[in-house]
Amino acid sequence: MKKSPFFKQIRESRLFWPVVALGLIFLFDAIYAPDFFKIGVLDGHLYGNLIVVLNDGAPLALVAMGMTLVIATGGVDLSVGAVIAISAAMGAVLINPALGNQLITNDILTANKTNTPLGIIILADLAAGTLCGLWNGFLVSRARIQPMVATLILMVAGRGIAQLITNGQIMTIYYTPYFWFGNGFILGLPVSVYIVGVVLLLATLLVRKTSIGMFIEAVGLNPKSTFYSGINEKNIKLFAYTFCGFCGAIAGLILSSYVKSADANNIGLSYELDAILAVAIGGTSMQGGRFSLSASVVGALVIWAFTLTMYTVGVPADALKAAKALLVLVVILMYSNQARTLLTRLAERKGAQHGIAD
Amino acid sequence: MDDPKVILSAKGITKSFPGVTALEDVDFSLRRGEIHALMGENGAGKSTLIKIITGVEHADRGTLEYDGRQIEVHSPLHAQQIGISTVYQEVNLCTNISVAENIMLGREPQTWFGAIHWRKMNRLAADALHRLGIDIDVTRPLGSYSVAIQQMVAIARSLEISSAQVLILDEPTSSLDVHETRQLFDVMLRLKEQGIGIIFITHFLDQVYQVADRITVLRNGRLVGTYPTEMLPRIQLIASMLGRSSTDLEEVSRVKFHRETTPQNGKLLELHGLGRKGSLEPIDLELRSSEVVGIAGLLGSGRTEMANLIFGIDSPDLGFMTIEEKKVTRFSPLESINAGVGLCPENRKEEGIVGDMTLRENIILALQARLGWFKHLSHARQDEIASHFIQVLGIVTPSADQLVKNLSGGNQQKVILARWLATNPQVLILDEPTRGIDVGAKAEIQRLVLELAEEGKSCIFISSELEEVMRCSHRIVVLRDRKKAAEFPGNVDDETIMKTMAGNL
Repeated sequence: MKKSPFFKQIRESRLFWPVVALGLIFLFDAIYAPDFFKIGVLDGHLYGNLIVVLNDGAPLALVAMGMTLVIATGGVDLSVGAVIAISAAMGAVLINPALGNQLITNDILTANKTNTPLGIIILADLAAGTLCGLWNGFLVSRARIQPMVATLILMVAGRGIAQLITNGQIMTIYYTPYFWFGNGFILGLPVSVYIVGVVLLLATLLVRKTSIGMFIEAVGLNPKSTFYSGINEKNIKLFAYTFCGFCGAIAGLILSSYVKSADANNIGLSYELDAILAVAIGGTSMQGGRFSLSASVVGALVIWAFTLTMYTVGVPADALKAAKALLVLVVILMYSNQARTLLTRLAERKGAQHGIAD
Repeated sequence: MDDPKVILSAKGITKSFPGVTALEDVDFSLRRGEIHALMGENGAGKSTLIKIITGVEHADRGTLEYDGRQIEVHSPLHAQQIGISTVYQEVNLCTNISVAENIMLGREPQTWFGAIHWRKMNRLAADALHRLGIDIDVTRPLGSYSVAIQQMVAIARSLEISSAQVLILDEPTSSLDVHETRQLFDVMLRLKEQGIGIIFITHFLDQVYQVADRITVLRNGRLVGTYPTEMLPRIQLIASMLGRSSTDLEEVSRVKFHRETTPQNGKLLELHGLGRKGSLEPIDLELRSSEVVGIAGLLGSGRTEMANLIFGIDSPDLGFMTIEEKKVTRFSPLESINAGVGLCPENRKEEGIVGDMTLRENIILALQARLGWFKHLSHARQDEIASHFIQVLGIVTPSADQLVKNLSGGNQQKVILARWLATNPQVLILDEPTRGIDVGAKAEIQRLVLELAEEGKSCIFISSELEEVMRCSHRIVVLRDRKKAAEFPGNVDDETIMKTMAGNL
């Protein structure tokens, strides 16, 4: 009798609650907006609300993965929105065909041309974001600044940096190969979905097939014991923040590609808060400790499924924030200890009664 | 026992926490106009008793009486309303506002239109301090005064809030110098004259004998006794704190073990004047293989500081250390693990276990730290290591996947031992390995230490329990006042050790 009952095992899985939340949203859609599930084929690729959830949710899912590791170490990264802006600005500037002393004419500016090879652009994007993460990690692990304050610095400064990069302009991108990341399709599914899949797979392998995941959890659960056990908690934190910056950079790449521009002030706005919410929905404690990358990704999908559902049933965009607040409230209540014990007790009592009836 | 002078009494207080009984059937009484020292080593139950009196914790059994009436203390605030005030070691006042504001915070006198009546407030605050015999400028910020004055401002505030008849001072002198301590004692004596009962908690024996009228000693959650100070010589106080009766002639049932013949093997670890300013005076020590060196000393004598220096939790700024004749240049836990040193820290919960991780993960933590990020032990290998140690150390658990926080104290300690044994250390430092665990587990851990020594490893064994140190060690080093006071062979008698621990009698 070592194996737990099947149902209990599922219920204790980290994916259980996020998937239930997603299920509830879909149930709501099934009743009030059955059209939500319609999936059609257009130009050889799929389209429909579910596909939009996946495509639009991809940047958030990426950011949520990075945020998961940071939160698991007991910290938080408020700068991811700014990192997205920096990464997007980087891409837009490098594409800009009018770089240098050229006379800028509208023809040149709107030409489907790039000043830098696409490969270099991607590398520069990723490098910029990773550098931002490294900076945060340095402040937190070496300068020992509290995570919220340390990342607040870049949150405020980051958009300024992005503006410096783009010279204070909203840069529109006309270089079509760049659009592929946010708008392209492979085998009928958006490219961004594959990017999320690959990053999730690699990141999961990286943290679970090495000791990094366990060390991150140990640092989040009891930094002192971890230090006494000979684990270099500084490097673990540095890694988590750097990874978070890296994820922000990919998100910036996808987002700027999707909207075909880089607006330093608005791209990725309040993504840090959505990412924290996604991690919370994924069941990682804000105090750090146990985490699950895939649960956070599902958490990001919950947020986007909810957002799209609200649009579908006709909640106006300006009222969306209020509706989102409701989601936050429900999530917080669902994850409170009281609610958990209540639910567990209910489930167990039901199970017990079932046993008697049998 | 219905002494009319008694202001506060506790009867039959019992309190247990998961896995450990913190207090068992403890009686305590405080008279008006008395300074009553509460003594005991760590884990004796002092702080639990104080927490129950001040309403932070609630007793499982037993009653509290204040001024002859039975009371139930719901919270620290409630305790204050009843008339029990506490001043903690760390002053929890605001250093950036004035002394007067600190004293009167929340009860500022007001003018007729509701503004703060500054002049009256300053006068009231100055009066409150004056009653303690202190005359300072109350309009200056609290931070501009010494810790001692801050301490006394805290006392003034706590007496001001309610007309407290009971004042609890929890290690008030630990950060004060001699002169400041004297100042504090003057205040305490003044309050005593005013009929206030003071519970005084400290680790400094000298101070107890300077001011206390009576002494209550707790050990392992039980009451040893309450004595008038003049009836309890210093040596007896130490004996009762450590659980040895100095007149006890009964021979300790020492584990028969080739203890008398100190092994003459190679030197494994040597300290040459190793020290750190403010925590440990330069110390010399050598450790041979297969040797257990016991460290005896009261709390605050530098035991843990020494362990932390050797293991690299802190870096020394004086002297040097060699391991197997090689000089150690970098001090950090990881370097120590690589050099074959392990440390079971004193504070099991905060520095030892990671409660929310499984037994398996806790056991492999240090080993994995040595292997690094990328040489990951497979799940199967982890299970193998964990079940090996569960079996060898007799850890009682349903499975290796149990969360460590759900285990009893003794089993948690074994998990930490397993964590270090998994790294196969040459030197194992055990800082209070048997604190707060039951007798059976204690004996097992002692036996284990001896077995390790027989296998050729060496141990530094730190314990508050003298008997235990004597039973396990080939040599005993006594620390006092953050210095090495003496070194004895293992067959020394406890009387000598206790005298050395106590210092000049």
